[in-house]
Amino acid sequence: MKIRRTIKDARGESDLFRRRALAGFVLILLGLSGLVGRYVVLQVSRHAEFVTRSTNNRVKPRAIPPARGLIYDRNGVLLADNVPAFRLEVVPEQVKDMPGLLARLGKVVPLGQDDIDAFNKQLRQSRRFDSVPLKMHLTEDEIDRFAVNRWRFPNVDVVPYLTRRYPFGGLFAHVVGYVGRIDADDLQRLDPDRYQGTSHVGRSGIERSYEDLLHGKPGYELLEVNADGRTQHVLETHPPTPGKNLYLSIDVRVQKAAEAAFDGRPGAAVVIDPRNGQVLAMVSVPTFDPNLFVNGISQADYGALTKDPDKPLYNRALRGVYPPGSTIKPFLALGGLELGLRRPSDTVLSTGQFCLPGQKRCYRDDTRGGDGTVDMVTAIEKSTNTYFYRLALDMGIDRLSQWMSRFSFGSKTGVDLIGESDGILPSRAWKAAHSKQPWYPGETVIAGIGQGYWAVTPLQLAHAVATLAGHGVPYLPRLVMATRAVGDTKQQQLPNPPGPSLIVKPSDWDVINQGMRAVITGGTGKGLNSGFPYAIAGKSGTAERYSRTTDAYNTNKNTAYLASRHRAWFMAYAPADNPQIAAAVVLEAGAWGGSDAGPIVRKIFDAWLKTHDGVIPGSPRLPTDASPALARPETTAVPAPDIEDLPAQASSGANP
Amino acid sequence: MIEALYARSRRFLRRILTRPRIDLPLMAALLLLAIVGLVTLYSAGDGSLALVGGQAARFVLGGALLLLVSRIPPSVLRNWTPWLYAGSTALLVVVAILGEGRGSVRWLDLGVMRFQPSELLKLTMPMMVAWYLHPRQLPPGWKDIVIVGLLIAIPAGLIAEQPDLGTAVLVAAAGAFALFLSGMAWWRIGLLVGAVVGMVPVGWHFLHQYQRDRVLTMLNPESDPLGNGWHIIQSQIAVGSGGVFGKGWLHSTQSRLDFLPEHTTDFIFAVFSEEFGLIGVCALIALYAFIIGRCLWIAMESRDTYSRLLAGAIGMSFFVYVFVNGGMVAGMLPVVGVPMPMISYGGTSAVSLLTGFGVLMSIHANRKTHI
Repeated sequence: MKIRRTIKDARGESDLFRRRALAGFVLILLGLSGLVGRYVVLQVSRHAEFVTRSTNNRVKPRAIPPARGLIYDRNGVLLADNVPAFRLEVVPEQVKDMPGLLARLGKVVPLGQDDIDAFNKQLRQSRRFDSVPLKMHLTEDEIDRFAVNRWRFPNVDVVPYLTRRYPFGGLFAHVVGYVGRIDADDLQRLDPDRYQGTSHVGRSGIERSYEDLLHGKPGYELLEVNADGRTQHVLETHPPTPGKNLYLSIDVRVQKAAEAAFDGRPGAAVVIDPRNGQVLAMVSVPTFDPNLFVNGISQADYGALTKDPDKPLYNRALRGVYPPGSTIKPFLALGGLELGLRRPSDTVLSTGQFCLPGQKRCYRDDTRGGDGTVDMVTAIEKSTNTYFYRLALDMGIDRLSQWMSRFSFGSKTGVDLIGESDGILPSRAWKAAHSKQPWYPGETVIAGIGQGYWAVTPLQLAHAVATLAGHGVPYLPRLVMATRAVGDTKQQQLPNPPGPSLIVKPSDWDVINQGMRAVITGGTGKGLNSGFPYAIAGKSGTAERYSRTTDAYNTNKNTAYLASRHRAWFMAYAPADNPQIAAAVVLEAGAWGGSDAGPIVRKIFDAWLKTHDGVIPGSPRLPTDASPALARPETTAVPAPDIEDLPAQASSGANP
Repeated sequence: MIEALYARSRRFLRRILTRPRIDLPLMAALLLLAIVGLVTLYSAGDGSLALVGGQAARFVLGGALLLLVSRIPPSVLRNWTPWLYAGSTALLVVVAILGEGRGSVRWLDLGVMRFQPSELLKLTMPMMVAWYLHPRQLPPGWKDIVIVGLLIAIPAGLIAEQPDLGTAVLVAAAGAFALFLSGMAWWRIGLLVGAVVGMVPVGWHFLHQYQRDRVLTMLNPESDPLGNGWHIIQSQIAVGSGGVFGKGWLHSTQSRLDFLPEHTTDFIFAVFSEEFGLIGVCALIALYAFIIGRCLWIAMESRDTYSRLLAGAIGMSFFVYVFVNGGMVAGMLPVVGVPMPMISYGGTSAVSLLTGFGVLMSIHANRKTHI
């Protein structure tokens, strides 16, 4: 640095700078002359034109907000409606003393603190000559009282607008969602031109994920104003383009039946058409009234919803994660066939326990003494743990998680709603990211029966069983089936192309189908088909939430006690030979998958069949006799291992 | 200890007030500009004294900073430069992180006041470029040009991401002017400008949709009757109807009837043009030209390379404000948030501009002929 400085030519640099500064100044003068030239053009050459435009300038544009698109079910039943209402608006530019105005106004029309806060927030964000909404959804009484006092408030107006109403209340709260008032954060995010004059924006559910289609495009009117800037006439109106109407694939009747089947018990159900990925019903129980949120929910109502221990605001179908238990067994079996690890006739001897070589700790079967020699169909029917312990070990955790990931376990299904959970698919990568411990073989064993790290959402399991039912052809789950612009006579179907099939050998599917059919005819789902004219195939799952510390077989089942510990699953599709509906149901406080969650699936299928007038074309009906046996408590799906005792700390697992 | 400090600061303050080291022509021009600004604001703000008072308070704060900074010798500023540059760039990164997932975030909320880190870069950027170039062999070669290019591009890119295209242009221009003044060869300048022009179609893809819309709207204002197109049309009507002599102070109908948006901030020059006409426009632009010329004069008189480059760059970046804002008001350039210096109301721009002139005063006080 020092050397360089000595050879610097100080005088030369100074001269160089002088030349540069002069050159720069000349360029700047040229630029400024160009600017002045433009002003000469405007102020001299085109002066006359602009004077005329200025004196005739009595016209101001004003935005007209578009009407929000309506939401219908697949048969055209209205799920989200626009109804006329009135709100109070203030034009801030003509108000000198805003707090004083609000105080005087508050004596005529009661204003809550929430209203005033929201108003002040929006006031800061908007231009002075745009009117700002102060109070939404005025009552008749408030409108009358304001009308009498109107002369006192020249800058305040009652303005009609359209507000959202959800006629089915809570039934679609977790699907359609709700709109809410635009707040300061929204103003930062939204295109101000497109949202001029609009007061609400989609907050959750379809209302949020399809905001872009539902909103539409604002129009404007040209207003003639007088010399004080007050409106005299409307000269021209360019109407807004309303948002598009949406048609959900959901059928209100199936949705209602699904919700009713839970009878208020917390849980979730998702029903999908395996032929196209359309969601036929999506229920999360308990639910809430979305209408409360539209014009701002009161503190008391919101507090009640958030304090409820059953969490009605929580979308269990989309976000709730539960251990899947035995429901993953058919998928694993299919993997065994497809990966060439098993033939359908291969058998395993189930003795009641399964031990890893060199380890003391053993993993139990559900039936004491085991199920004997079982092949694949029997293993699915009886939910034989030993068969799947061994299959999981033969597959290894890497191939297992790779195969299962193709059913979207462990990742978002891609449904057209925002906020879906990923769930957890056990894998080395997942464990490495969450723990310092290496992967233990014992974890592979229990992963084979849906225990351990596993966590799936009801939507994921429904998607997986729909993919299976559709002969392995995956479709993204879709709630919105079609759109229709106002004025169009025809609906425009939204495309949903299938992915490549997961099944290479079609005969593999037949084996799994046979196994899941056997679950209904003789296994844990026995009796579910009784009175239903088409063959149902399914699989139950009962996942333990907590480990059992005393592992004696408790034959004296205290179901009330078990209910607090178990998640009952049932997944099924029908008709088994030509599947057209697939469903997954989880009951949070269910004791047994087959007996508690199974009947919910059946009620959903009954409702669906009724919407088809009892006839499913292209499928043979079952002989009218269906076994009258009632669903009996599931004995085979209770998984046994202590999932919290990993092999490292295992004590003796041998059963007496 | 505390008493000594107190006494010292009192002496310092007294010196600032009794023997200010200022360049009188520049100071007089700034004062005149401030008066024109307040007079125009009174009319544009519909006679609101609160608005004028607020602006006057900003001028007072800026003037105080000007006097304070004018006492800091350029050599001290030079030693601080890398830290000031690194600190202001770090603040930009903080804003970028805080702003994650939100539409547009430029502010750092300090509780008492909100503060825009990008404003600091308007000063620290030319300082950094001057600091980097001052010990090197000038005119600079490609290696130094590339390094300076990176010094400019990183903060300017962060600001453009916020997104605040106007400030990004100002900051980048301030750095580029320092490079220009260092004597970068004309053929190299030509090559770089050619490359930048060649990159325009590529850069188009990186603009936010709303920024593209603004450019498209400028080309065809009628296409956007509710947004910027309306602004451009109304602004041109205001300017054009002013004519040669203007409609007279307080007689701007465009602003009075609220046809002109943002008429106290970004579009205040339209009010000025409407009321004072072409004569007013020419006079004001001449005043701006005088200020720029005086800055370059101070730069030429200064003692060392760092001061020269810094003073020249600050003066020349003043031109960018005037040109971009004036061009926007006349419908010649797209609508970007660049204020008319000392005339537009609000923000921190008047304060940061006056602080920059404080640096110039300090350089002036340490000129060659100074005894």
